[in-house]
Amino acid sequence: MFDRYMIVEDSLRSTDQGFAFDIRITYYRGVALSLIEGFEVTVDGQPVPRDTIRFVLRGVAYTQAELDHDTDGRWEFGEIATLVVEWPGGLSSGVHTIEAAQQLRISYLPGPLRGQDTKTLLLAG
Amino acid sequence: MTVKAARGVTLYSFQQAYYLREMSLEDCIAACAGMGAYGIETLAEQMMPGFPDLPESFYGQWQGWMERYGTRPTAHDMFLDIRRWKDRSLTHEEMVASVRRDIDHAARLGCEVIRVIVITPPEVIEDCIPYAAERRVKLALEIHAPRHFDDEWIQRHYATYRKYGPEWVGFTLDMGIFVERFPRVIAERLVRDGASEQMVRFVVESYDAAAGGSGAPPDLRWLRAEVEGRGGNAQDLRAADFAARMLWSDPARLRDFMPYIHHVHAKFYEMTDECVEYSIPYERVVPILLEGGFRGYLSS
Repeated sequence: MFDRYMIVEDSLRSTDQGFAFDIRITYYRGVALSLIEGFEVTVDGQPVPRDTIRFVLRGVAYTQAELDHDTDGRWEFGEIATLVVEWPGGLSSGVHTIEAAQQLRISYLPGPLRGQDTKTLLLAG
Repeated sequence: MTVKAARGVTLYSFQQAYYLREMSLEDCIAACAGMGAYGIETLAEQMMPGFPDLPESFYGQWQGWMERYGTRPTAHDMFLDIRRWKDRSLTHEEMVASVRRDIDHAARLGCEVIRVIVITPPEVIEDCIPYAAERRVKLALEIHAPRHFDDEWIQRHYATYRKYGPEWVGFTLDMGIFVERFPRVIAERLVRDGASEQMVRFVVESYDAAAGGSGAPPDLRWLRAEVEGRGGNAQDLRAADFAARMLWSDPARLRDFMPYIHHVHAKFYEMTDECVEYSIPYERVVPILLEGGFRGYLSS
């Protein structure tokens, strides 16, 4: 629904282990973390192994298994979270195409609600 | 309780501005008051971060806003995360507890109505009626396309509600069940997105021909295969899917349900400069609501 706002502009940066960028929920309300079924990330056409993605909300990093079990924490509507990706060697400075998708388990929908976005972001040198 | 039908706004209509942090919750309330719409419907899970554990101070602030802007809380839109856990569904007791939590929140806001999400089982609502009555909040299941008055699930709910009468339980009516003409803005958008004018015209004419009568709502799922057979592209197929998802039901059917209609989602696809909704015959629905004694809000 808010797919085109999922990846936050100008948010790509390098980390010690790879890179990170910011995301928003694509659904029209916030959800319990346990409703997050997973994220997919592709960088310059190369898929990122899903188990190397961490979801970081308010400074706390979650693995998928940790999200699955957290029925109290909430990712709020419009709240900016971060996907931290392990990417050996890191990304070169310059422009990169990031594709990201999120899947949410919404009880009134038959299958997962999938939101996705693709943006070209500049990694400052 | 409102003494007569009144107009209001659901802050759902401001969701994008809130999402992008261009407007705060207070800004949305102020904007509604500024346009003379004093009834405010809210989605706690959208604009009240921290729900269901909102601090006392939030409710104080909320009351302050209502006083400052001369607004009134109308409805709280609740959700039920039946699949909150990955490996199992909520039990009946957990669902009842979840709805009671929403009743508490609605009562704290001062709402008269909870928009109950349609997947809530009738037995869960039934077990919440005494608590809703105690907190003086009406539970109003949303009738939203593709469901309509004579849908089996809605009828199951209705049969349950009739055991208790309409004081604390009933329905939220979504005006999207009365789409009599294919929305022009959607047809134009589909063409901009790459649908062919000819195919969209076929879909629109098919929808418009099927809608508008009395009797059972038309089923337009056949359109997809027809559009496919005529060589329709992906956007043409989207047009067919829109037509199949939209719903026309006869507003006259509303008469039988009237005492149970507590809230209306007065949605619109295209409000013309003459203040006429292009697709939904408000002029035929609103009189039925008024004649039926509707005293809630038409929330847009």
